[in-house]
Amino acid sequence: MEKNIVAAVLLAAALTVAEAAAARDIAVRPGPNAAEELAEALITAEPGDTVWLGIGRYELADGLTLDVDGVSIRGIGPDVSILSFTNQQGSGEGLLITSGRVVLDGFAVENPKGDGIKSKGSSEITFSNLRVEWTNGPDEKNGAYGIYPVSSKNVLIDGVTVRGASDAGIYVGQSERIVVRNSLAEFNVAGIEIENSFNADVHGNTTRHNTGGILVFDLPNLPQQGGRDIRVFDNDVLDNDTANFAPKGNTVAMVPKGMGIMVMANRNVHVFGNRLSGNATTHVLIAAYPQDYDDDNYMFVPRGVYVHDNEYGEGGGEPDGEVGQTIAKHSGTPVPDIVWDGVTRIPEWLTWVAPEDRIYVSEKPGTRFVNLKMLSQLILPWRTAPDTDLSNYAGSLPEPAPVELPQDSRS
Amino acid sequence: MTRHARLAAVAAGLGWLAAVAGAGAEGGHFPAILADQPPRLLSGFGFFDGPGIGKPAPGVVGYDLVTPLFSDFALKYRAVHVPEGQSARYHGTEAFDFPVGSALIKTFAFPADFRAPDRDIRLIETRVLLRQADGWQAYAYLWNEDGTEAELKLAGKRLALSFIDGNGAAVAFSYAVPSRNQCKSCHSLNGEVAPIGPTVRNLNRDFDHGDGRPRNQLTDWAERGLLAGLPAFDTVPKAADWRDETLAIDERARTWLDVNCAHCHRREGSASNSGLFLTADERSRTALGIGKRPVAAGRGAGDNEFDIVPGRPDQSILLARVESVEPGVMMPELGRSLADPAAVELLRQWILTLR
Repeated sequence: MEKNIVAAVLLAAALTVAEAAAARDIAVRPGPNAAEELAEALITAEPGDTVWLGIGRYELADGLTLDVDGVSIRGIGPDVSILSFTNQQGSGEGLLITSGRVVLDGFAVENPKGDGIKSKGSSEITFSNLRVEWTNGPDEKNGAYGIYPVSSKNVLIDGVTVRGASDAGIYVGQSERIVVRNSLAEFNVAGIEIENSFNADVHGNTTRHNTGGILVFDLPNLPQQGGRDIRVFDNDVLDNDTANFAPKGNTVAMVPKGMGIMVMANRNVHVFGNRLSGNATTHVLIAAYPQDYDDDNYMFVPRGVYVHDNEYGEGGGEPDGEVGQTIAKHSGTPVPDIVWDGVTRIPEWLTWVAPEDRIYVSEKPGTRFVNLKMLSQLILPWRTAPDTDLSNYAGSLPEPAPVELPQDSRS
Repeated sequence: MTRHARLAAVAAGLGWLAAVAGAGAEGGHFPAILADQPPRLLSGFGFFDGPGIGKPAPGVVGYDLVTPLFSDFALKYRAVHVPEGQSARYHGTEAFDFPVGSALIKTFAFPADFRAPDRDIRLIETRVLLRQADGWQAYAYLWNEDGTEAELKLAGKRLALSFIDGNGAAVAFSYAVPSRNQCKSCHSLNGEVAPIGPTVRNLNRDFDHGDGRPRNQLTDWAERGLLAGLPAFDTVPKAADWRDETLAIDERARTWLDVNCAHCHRREGSASNSGLFLTADERSRTALGIGKRPVAAGRGAGDNEFDIVPGRPDQSILLARVESVEPGVMMPELGRSLADPAAVELLRQWILTLR
């Protein structure tokens, strides 16, 4: 037995040495040729290599791309190693990753014309200790997303800061197995958004001074939909008080100023142990997708949402926008801490909703709650008999297992 | 003179097609296509005899497309090589399946004055797609000022270019030679590099090889042995020439969208996550953008709510993005710095016809 362990240790060590021997460190210093050197370093890198950014500002006229598996891009720190896209002339994002087993760590992306850092189709991607910022503050001309993994698997976002995104600071779309933790999103329209995604843990983050703090959305007519199995816990969702500055055509343009956590459509979403305060529309909104759509495969109402053991501070005093006004008309002001639009599919309204599809709320006595009991879409309330009795929503749902990522167990 | 006829004339003027005799699958040997590393200079392939692209080598065959991708009005000279004794395999909707050792060669050039497009032509870049055993490789070569030699440019490059347009107006702009990764962004099918242009629909047109006998490219390729499996000629599909006003506007617009957008905007492409799919054979109105809300358009959406609002071009995000030249808004997001007013007008008229 002991022999086997020794053999295993030796084998592991040998593998590590083999990989280390192949891996190269490629340093690109700031300077007049840095843009081309950096673009070329990312193209010629081989699996195992690390491309290092130094201290200083890299001025980039075009987007950068990485398409090699197993490459890391590392800087000295998000305040000192800066990829500046202030004078960007082309590409839809600052940095685009299309390969897997990639680590991005210790640098900043400033003022990209479109999105900040996007990964498309990546398997195993880590965004850690990064900053994406539009330095002019909230502006509808800012790019949409700061950190933007899409159609990706095994996504780790850890210790990033995003400011000024005209859509979502941290946006995870059509992905699966996701952890977003220890990050700061402020002065964006949405702080963190998980959209059309499976198995996400969002915890230990601070979302403040956005229009909305944390959004969990599912939208129709997309290759991946039916978002499910999401845990939002132990986050600080505070003072989301920035007026919505999204271009009108975007889905997030409907989010009212002062939204704490919003769950729209999706299945099996657990919201617990968060600290919410200073969100002037409401702290938690559970809602159906409010627009018309043409998609037989889309479930527009949230199924199985469990909200429990959160702390609620002051909030709901100034409901904003069409959504805020619609809620306040039926709930009164201040709007309760937790609002469910109550939209149910008509067959279920006539009969009953299966237990695993229901909305459950378990909070301290004194927590204010309302079910607006709308039959369909937000603009068509069936009758104004809101239900504020929390005991009607007692119960719980089994919690999804923690999301475990391969890159987490290795580090 | 149509644009295509002009291109043919330009090509002829350059002596582009003088070496047609002996071309085809029966000739030419270009070992650099299969080398581990691409040659530093374009001449290292041997695709052209002599300086520039003046005279294609035996085994290199010029071709053209019915409706080309818009690239800042660049003139394009296309050529293909298929190894001796082998053929590309026919496909009804995708690019033909080229055998290992094939190459697609496309040169981008600008005349000084588009009112005389066959004079004072400056070569800018030549992009090659090389079919190796493990897939396609994409490289761009940047021409020197004299147009005598082109050098490999992995990282891409921006060039300050200018020309006089067809109306006599001076146009100055920043032309982007793509990086190797940007090549793949567009030439991506299920994550692998793939050709876009040489499909049956888009190759189905006449081409003048300089002998004054224009003939259909598909039958010509089949006769040369370049192409295998071509079905009965009258059954194969044909793309609409987007500028041919005698054709139905729906066909012209759909072909334009297919060529200019669908390399990314398809289920297997780089923009699969958008849910906006613009291939010529797409049948879902929503996937085509009609009444579809954008998902990740960001400020590209502007104040508009739908990709296409039937009858309302000015409320359609798609049109605004084709019209824009602002990075982060404009579409395609790679491959152009200028807008094409004729294409914008075509799409505007098309959206007006939609119900």
